[in-house]
Amino acid sequence: MKVLVPVKRVIDFNIKPRVKADGTGVETAGVKMSMNPFDEIAVEEAVRLKEKGIATEVVAVSVGVQQAQDTLRTAMAMGADRAILVLTDVAVEPLGVAKILKALVAKESPDLVLLGKQAIDDDMNATGQMLAGLLGWAQGTFASKIEIADGKATVTREIDGGLETLTLALPAIVTADLRLNEPRYASLPNIMKARKKPLETIAPADLGVDVTPRLTIVSVAEPPARQQGIKVESAADLVARLRNEAKVI
Amino acid sequence: MAVLVFLDHESGIIRQASRSAVTAARALGEVHALVTGDASVAEAAARIDGVAKVLRAAGAAAAHELAEPLAAVIADLAPAYSHIVAASGASGKNVLPRAAALLDVQPIPDVVSIVDADTFVRPIYAGSALATVKSSDAKKVLTVRASSFDPAPAEGGAAPIEQVTVPEGPALSEFVSIALSQSERPELESARVIVSGGRGMQNEENFKLLNPLADRLGAAIGASRAAVDAGFVPNDYQVGQTGKIVAPELYIAVGISGAIQHLAGMKDSKIIVAINKDPEAPIFQVADYGLVGDLFDILPQVEAALDKAG
Repeated sequence: MKVLVPVKRVIDFNIKPRVKADGTGVETAGVKMSMNPFDEIAVEEAVRLKEKGIATEVVAVSVGVQQAQDTLRTAMAMGADRAILVLTDVAVEPLGVAKILKALVAKESPDLVLLGKQAIDDDMNATGQMLAGLLGWAQGTFASKIEIADGKATVTREIDGGLETLTLALPAIVTADLRLNEPRYASLPNIMKARKKPLETIAPADLGVDVTPRLTIVSVAEPPARQQGIKVESAADLVARLRNEAKVI
Repeated sequence: MAVLVFLDHESGIIRQASRSAVTAARALGEVHALVTGDASVAEAAARIDGVAKVLRAAGAAAAHELAEPLAAVIADLAPAYSHIVAASGASGKNVLPRAAALLDVQPIPDVVSIVDADTFVRPIYAGSALATVKSSDAKKVLTVRASSFDPAPAEGGAAPIEQVTVPEGPALSEFVSIALSQSERPELESARVIVSGGRGMQNEENFKLLNPLADRLGAAIGASRAAVDAGFVPNDYQVGQTGKIVAPELYIAVGISGAIQHLAGMKDSKIIVAINKDPEAPIFQVADYGLVGDLFDILPQVEAALDKAG
């Protein structure tokens, strides 16, 4: 079974993003970039499927700028076998990414596409569902557990009131939630090995995909800041203020 | 053109967040509601103030709000609508992007403000920035943050109910089981008061120390990601960027340091109280009232003070 794992290069989750002074977006120049944390979880799960003998090949894919190669090398250092970079300087929206992935699925014929449930930059939470829709495949979103057996995937999903379990006919799309696994750190020997693994670069046009954005960014602004509060001295003081000042109890 | 709103339900009860989606949708046009499940769900939808028509997708294929049949239903209905809207809950986020793909539309998730029929405000980077985006798609597909729109009243409407057909298709996914957290407390998204615990609660047993305070205040109980990851409470307690987004009148954060992804889920609360032993914890930067100290000492003191105040 072949597994395709799309990964995105984003501002490292430890860095507080700064809105650009001209309000056109968030500053990325000179900012540390890393693999989207949810995608790391997806890579880890795919590699574990391979280690269990369920997956035969794990192919990492990224849509983005030249430096997204680093993100793909990280995926290969974690255990992906090879990588494909769809090179573009345009910020491709989930719809465009889903179209690119659909074209790659036609080329690669994976049985499973494992993605992070959302990227921590645009917080769209859409690409997996959109790819599933375009392909007409089953989808298991927000997965906290995946089991593959008898040509089916059994997926436990994190929903509003608890957990839901579905079985999906393969091929299928699964998106990873936080508690699916804890991604490994790539070891130094594996990082060295990953440098020699194959990385193919193609253009969206090679796949016949139009990635023109549908959304125009009118402005990006800082959210209104909360007023600095006060420290209270005691529980009694706190209760008195909640009652008399804030009037919320 | 009218607006189609998908109302999700849990165990036959329409979620309050979906009624907030009705309020958001009314700003865009006449609201038609799409529901699944028993006739009682459609009847409840028909009573929501502001709903002009209810479309009920009945039958096994539409049960459990499975994404594949539901997205197909929405795509079938879409030609009659300018906007397709749902609450930004697990169900809306599962179904709407798939429907958008079928319609060749880029969805707009987590809308917190509607500027005009094409222009919407949504948080990005876990709420570190607010992006105003304008869509060039002929049809808009959006999910809306329930904490940004008041829920439409559950009573007051008398909309007609129509059945809609679920398109035949291969059964791609199948429902196996659901495990809902049992609780007598209010839902996180609709609670007036929330008491939330973090890593500082130390373990599952200690986490229960929040119960008496929550009981006293009629509060829902939430948790930080750290507390959920550590197994103190189930996943559906999580407040934050990837959990529930809440904006209660009063949010009491106990033993929560205030990671950005947690703040993203609660910083629009009216009053925030933080109890933490670390005076430098980032939670104090958003707290209206901060109390520095050992939560295991402070919790009983707060309860005693509440009792004394009557």
